[in-house]
Amino acid sequence: MDLAYGPAYEALREEVRAFAAKHGKDAPRGGAGFGDMRPWQKLLIENGYAARTIPKEYGGYGAKPDPLASRIISEEFLAAGLPTGMSGQGISMLVPTLLELGTEEQKQKYIGPTLRGEMIWCQGYSEPGSGSDLASLKTRAHEDGDDFVINGQKIWTSTAKQADMMFCLVRTEPDAPKHDGISYLLFPMSTPGIDVRPLTTMTGGAEFNEVFFTDVRVPKTSIVGKRGEGWRVANATLRHERGMLGDPNQAMTRFKMLVDMMNEETVDGRRLGDDPIWRDRLMKLEAQVLAMGFNGLRNLTAAAKGEFPGMSAVVVKLQGCELNHELARFAIDALGELGILYESGEHLRNNGRWQWQYMFDLGLIIGGGTAQIQKNIISERGLGMPREPKLAAR
Amino acid sequence: MEFALSSEQALLQESLTRALETHASLAKLRERVAAGNTRDQTLVDALAEFGVYGVITPGEWGGAGLSMLDAALVSEALGRFAAPVTYVADAVVAPLALVEGGSPAQQQEWLPQLASGKAGACLALSEAAAGARDGAGVTEKNGKLTGKALFAFDAAGAGVAIVATKDKRLFLVRAEHFTLKKLPTIDATRAIGELTFKDAPGEPLKAEALPRLLAAARIMLAADTLGAASHMLTAAVAYAQQREQFGRLIGSFQAVKHLCAEMAAQIEPARSLMWYAAYAFDEAPEEAARMAAHAKAHLSEIGTFVARTSTEVHGGIGITDLLGLHYWFKRIGLNRQLFGGPERLRAEAAAHYGWSATA
Repeated sequence: MDLAYGPAYEALREEVRAFAAKHGKDAPRGGAGFGDMRPWQKLLIENGYAARTIPKEYGGYGAKPDPLASRIISEEFLAAGLPTGMSGQGISMLVPTLLELGTEEQKQKYIGPTLRGEMIWCQGYSEPGSGSDLASLKTRAHEDGDDFVINGQKIWTSTAKQADMMFCLVRTEPDAPKHDGISYLLFPMSTPGIDVRPLTTMTGGAEFNEVFFTDVRVPKTSIVGKRGEGWRVANATLRHERGMLGDPNQAMTRFKMLVDMMNEETVDGRRLGDDPIWRDRLMKLEAQVLAMGFNGLRNLTAAAKGEFPGMSAVVVKLQGCELNHELARFAIDALGELGILYESGEHLRNNGRWQWQYMFDLGLIIGGGTAQIQKNIISERGLGMPREPKLAAR
Repeated sequence: MEFALSSEQALLQESLTRALETHASLAKLRERVAAGNTRDQTLVDALAEFGVYGVITPGEWGGAGLSMLDAALVSEALGRFAAPVTYVADAVVAPLALVEGGSPAQQQEWLPQLASGKAGACLALSEAAAGARDGAGVTEKNGKLTGKALFAFDAAGAGVAIVATKDKRLFLVRAEHFTLKKLPTIDATRAIGELTFKDAPGEPLKAEALPRLLAAARIMLAADTLGAASHMLTAAVAYAQQREQFGRLIGSFQAVKHLCAEMAAQIEPARSLMWYAAYAFDEAPEEAARMAAHAKAHLSEIGTFVARTSTEVHGGIGITDLLGLHYWFKRIGLNRQLFGGPERLRAEAAAHYGWSATA
């Protein structure tokens, strides 16, 4: 155990701090659109604070993968209150997939514009009938000359309205076993026959969409990997997604907001922090936030050595998402009657963030592999327990 | 930056586990419990040969001079076997009291004996750690201690007691100056006693050491619970892969698998917290008390959940003496109550933010 980063990393930290001091005023504010983010993104890539490990030839900074350096950069951006580089499914999921499995032409064509925020992506995976059992998806792509022609429907597609492109799973081999009949396609959202309809959720917002395909014609060259190998390609991407969900820094940021709330809010003139009930509940949560934070350091250490950390990594999605949800629950409870307010009004706290978060986060517990699917993964891959026996074919 | 056990620490865990498989099997545990033996000499000898009793004691007094994390890894291993042996007092808290709060003469007299396993110690710190029950408490006047200390820890074969008085000062008292009454508890693998002092000569130790002793004791019990909970999870997973009902292994039912997954999902991050609390004890002393409080409170909650859930996965056999799983269930239950239960520890942790119920 040695939690010191050493002189080379401390030099990097100083460098990031100097950057933040010099350029902080140019950073886009919260809620900025993709257009406003682009100059900032460009500056970050030039300095190695975004797209850090993507090779230069594809528009990245070209540094060797170094999880410790990445952590220092994100810590310092967080401390300075500056937005980190653009994220989203194109940058965090598609780019790593293309680097691993794309053709040279695909890498050249897509990675650069995606990193610079000029090309926004959405993910076409889930379908109304294929959620946890994603491999049962039915959106069909049949061959016609040099094209695939797509018919079907996707759901839970975030940023479909804003997206220029979709990476999408379709069934190209309907007679093959379900995992072997899927292909992974990339195509513009402007292709004729694509209809995007916003999906309003319980938060009142439309964070997701439904996407309908009617005779959508895309060239066969849109495929990533081979025909029928889309499941393997998608799994490479899902691996990247599960790494994104349940980030321990997010829990620590929320916890700090709750500490402020305990100091600022009063009931009958008494600070919440001095009420033993709220204090006890929040301290219970603090232990969990700390545990997940140190667990994150443990996973980071393994990643830096190129090792797979095992159980401490497998539990992150389940535990991290539950914890974030619990933190929002605490805020609402501690706000008491103020906790019912939403959207606007003079008594509203934090713009109604906590109620929004409590509802939105339930979606995160379900999305990216439900809590129940996570428990299957933990018990089967982590503990070596047997799979559920398959039902006899009906 | 390296948040991981060193290869030496991994080796320590592995070889200690192997030794305990031989010297602290369930069959031996049953024999020792039946004989009321909570400081078994053969087990003490085996552990002493391993250097366990000198784990944190500096080399000049015959110890290994290792870190609190190393001491916690030993505690975890002992918890994994519910080993009926006095370790927390003899090897960690009493030596710490002497190293950080003792005079050179006290150190010279006691540290080598403790480090070799020849002498044992017990801890009369309960009133300072968890508050006084039934009017217990010890007072000092003109170097003489009077009163009762309840829930003294590792109260078997102790040559010396480390005593906290009502006004939070620390004294060393030799065994011939107090009487020990064993308290029957749920956990037969541990020696818990009631000490009575009547004008007992108390040799002062530095009072500033008290918070350090409590932090160390809490880290050791958190680690012991981690080991016990890990054992209970392993036992549940193994049982679920051997027991059949409805024509299949019960471990293939999601209802059972998910219980096991929930245990693992709680245990693994808690392990990371325990590592940090132990690391902070040596490397970030300003955080030590708070992290020890959090680690013990959190491990107590998780331990309770795992103890109950693992027993449930075993079904009816889980609650029988025949299976023996109850030794771990009870050990976790005992650890939870001693040196401050979760609620009290969380109240202490909240003080960091300047919050208190009396404000």
